[in-house]
Amino acid sequence: MTTVKRWAALVAALLATGALIATAPADDERADSVVARALDGRQLRIMAPAAPGGGWDQTSREMQAALRDLVGRSEVYNVGGAGGTIGLSQFVRLDGDPSQLMTTGLIMIGAIETNNSPHSLAETVPLARLTTDYQVVVAAANSPLKDMEAAAQALRGNLSAVSISGGSAGGVEQILAGLMAKAVGADPSKVSYVAHSGGGEALTTLLSGRSTLGISGVSEVMPQIRAGQVRALAVSSPERLPALPDVPTLREAGLDVELQNWRGVVAPKGITPDQERALEQLLLDMTRTTEWQEALADRGWGDATLAGPEFEEFVRTEQTRVAQILKEIGLGRS
Amino acid sequence: MDQIGLLLDGFVGALTPAHLLWALIGVTIGTAVGVLPGIGPALTVALLLPITFRLEASSALILFAGIYYGGMYGGSTTSILLNTPGESASIIAAIEGNKMARAGRAASALATAAIGSFVAGTIGTVGLTFLAPAVAGFATSFGPPEYVALMAVAFTTVSALLGPNLLKGLAGLLVGVTVGLIGIDSQSGQPRLVFGVESLLDGIDVVIVVVALFALGETFARVMTGIGRSTVQPLRGRAVLSRSDLRRSWPAWLRGTALGFPIGSLPAGGAEIPTFLSYTVEKRLSRHRHEFGRGAIEGVAGPEAANNAAAAGVLVPLLTIGLPTSATAAVILTAFQSYGLQPGPALFEESGPLVWTLIASLYVGNVMLLVLNLPLAKVWARLLTIPPYAIYAAVLMFAALGAYAAGGTASDLIVLCVLGLVGLLMREAGIPPAPAVVGLILGPLAEQQLRRALILSEGDPAILVSGPITVVLWAAAVLSLLVPVVLPIVRRRRGTLAGAAAGSGRSGERG
Repeated sequence: MTTVKRWAALVAALLATGALIATAPADDERADSVVARALDGRQLRIMAPAAPGGGWDQTSREMQAALRDLVGRSEVYNVGGAGGTIGLSQFVRLDGDPSQLMTTGLIMIGAIETNNSPHSLAETVPLARLTTDYQVVVAAANSPLKDMEAAAQALRGNLSAVSISGGSAGGVEQILAGLMAKAVGADPSKVSYVAHSGGGEALTTLLSGRSTLGISGVSEVMPQIRAGQVRALAVSSPERLPALPDVPTLREAGLDVELQNWRGVVAPKGITPDQERALEQLLLDMTRTTEWQEALADRGWGDATLAGPEFEEFVRTEQTRVAQILKEIGLGRS
Repeated sequence: MDQIGLLLDGFVGALTPAHLLWALIGVTIGTAVGVLPGIGPALTVALLLPITFRLEASSALILFAGIYYGGMYGGSTTSILLNTPGESASIIAAIEGNKMARAGRAASALATAAIGSFVAGTIGTVGLTFLAPAVAGFATSFGPPEYVALMAVAFTTVSALLGPNLLKGLAGLLVGVTVGLIGIDSQSGQPRLVFGVESLLDGIDVVIVVVALFALGETFARVMTGIGRSTVQPLRGRAVLSRSDLRRSWPAWLRGTALGFPIGSLPAGGAEIPTFLSYTVEKRLSRHRHEFGRGAIEGVAGPEAANNAAAAGVLVPLLTIGLPTSATAAVILTAFQSYGLQPGPALFEESGPLVWTLIASLYVGNVMLLVLNLPLAKVWARLLTIPPYAIYAAVLMFAALGAYAAGGTASDLIVLCVLGLVGLLMREAGIPPAPAVVGLILGPLAEQQLRRALILSEGDPAILVSGPITVVLWAAAVLSLLVPVVLPIVRRRRGTLAGAAAGSGRSGERG
């Protein structure tokens, strides 16, 4: 009797989920024939190499929604941990399977270096860059540092007295902190960087008044900037951002630094050139869907679409630059 | 009281048949995933996100809030019945709750957990309704030095969890701290105790350690000693909660709530620490102290209330400043964003009706959970009439399923088995598993916050006692060490006035 009730509860939960799934339309028939041939009838599977809720997870799930009208249903699964390197080590084993995609980005390139990962993005086929999120340097609202010039002065004067809070060790924020130190002529290994497990936690250290500066993704800290809880000093983009028209770029403030937290998609090594072209075209088509454009607007991501050889070249230069700065910070490969 | 009017408007929105149905589906799914170790509300909400994309925002958010609260209810059921916590915040419920279940009082334990969760969830939601801005201000005044002091309080007060033998308790604590060191160090990004195994880079999930030490350790020990045929008497006495049970439970519920809500609202507070503190407080205050370790009902009521109040506390920084402070909160933030809403200071102004509907639906969800769970307490308790061999087989299955679901790799299963053997060794040596879990959760937190504080001050330890909050917390830590030493002396001198003195010592600890 008891087990029956237990199963009844489970079945009820499953039915509810099933009902939700059933309301989503099945558009498998509309699948594009070139892509269908490349996929060989298999369902597209997208690996988000991070826990649910993070940037890669969000990117993967928005892709899943935007791809529905192009290839029907696809599956997203999470392999979390270690800046995406655990996911990468699984992904490189999927030799030559064109139905497997993985989201990646600058953070994985950094993690590959700091974790001494035996694998790198060179063991994958880069398909396309999709989004970008620039970084913003912020100070608490009551901080004496009113603008980036004053902050740069403080960095020049006594670098290690300026504590900078941000996300995980070796991540985008620490890379930017290192690049900023280098730009003012200081030693990147002397930065007092306080690592946190996420942007939210890093922000609380800044709000508690304990750290001098904070670095965060623009979309992550936008509500606090709007509410006046933190002051935006500079952005890491090449030009001023539409969302923050009054905030200068780091370059305008005299620091020759530019950094974007880009995210993109790779396929396993060993797929044929035809399959590679078909997948790239699919992703380009996806970026033109209204679902995708709405997702960009909702999330505050910048459109950074770049595919083909240009993207492969971009990944190579990012690898070199990131490896260099992490080594100077003292986090890279020994 | 502007809020009351807005809240009533919220109830008008939440009490429509469609929204009630979504809330019911949410709490049902939530309870189901809370029961399974490894599958938490975070993963469930993430999986449902793309499916619910076509729902209107309020329906989807009500569904997610139901899953979130439901998960906290469900976690305690397996803790109490099978000694297999469904999630890390219900570990403490396993200590006394499982002992109660074995003494034939499973239904009472489940009932006090369910009512306690309801009381705490409701008070927590009231706190969210009226105190959110004030609590958010308090929460953001916590920086690394304040957390170091809070950890000191936690460490000095968890001695109640160490068990009767101090040396063995400390050994357990060290096992936990060591397991907690495994993985990438968050300040330097360098791997520790990984031995080149990639799947260890991200550390070992607390849930896997808990399931291994508690459930597998016990299952293995059973296999060693013979499985046996004795079953537990599921129900003793007629009432689910006797009058004395109720009298002992309600103060514990309130104290658990008082600890859970503020600590849960701290960005690095989490739901586990208030459950540890609540257990300690209950043990020290109880007139039935001898029952602790053998199934004291306060030891279930307090911690279960604390973890549900903490769940409501987590929503405070999420809704008021847009800070996600737990994995589930991060996923709910994602859900807000996918509907073009940005939680934060402007949320109440920009989308007020939606937020108040959400808050109203939390009250509704809580009532639904109580109605769902209280009658089920007797039904669940009958599970214990299943012979042990079948129960342990089910434990093994749930443990393996949960571990695999958490990481999705076979290596998690190997880690589970290895830690299960460690659990067996600890059991054979008489080392209790609870301190290991305390060390596992508090150790890494204390280490990271201490190192952050010292980076901020360029190595000057004076930062640890800077600011009024740190001083108060350190004083509480010192007091909690001194009181057990001084109290017996005072007691001897003054006879029986000790009860009052113990009371005042306790209120200091909570500071």
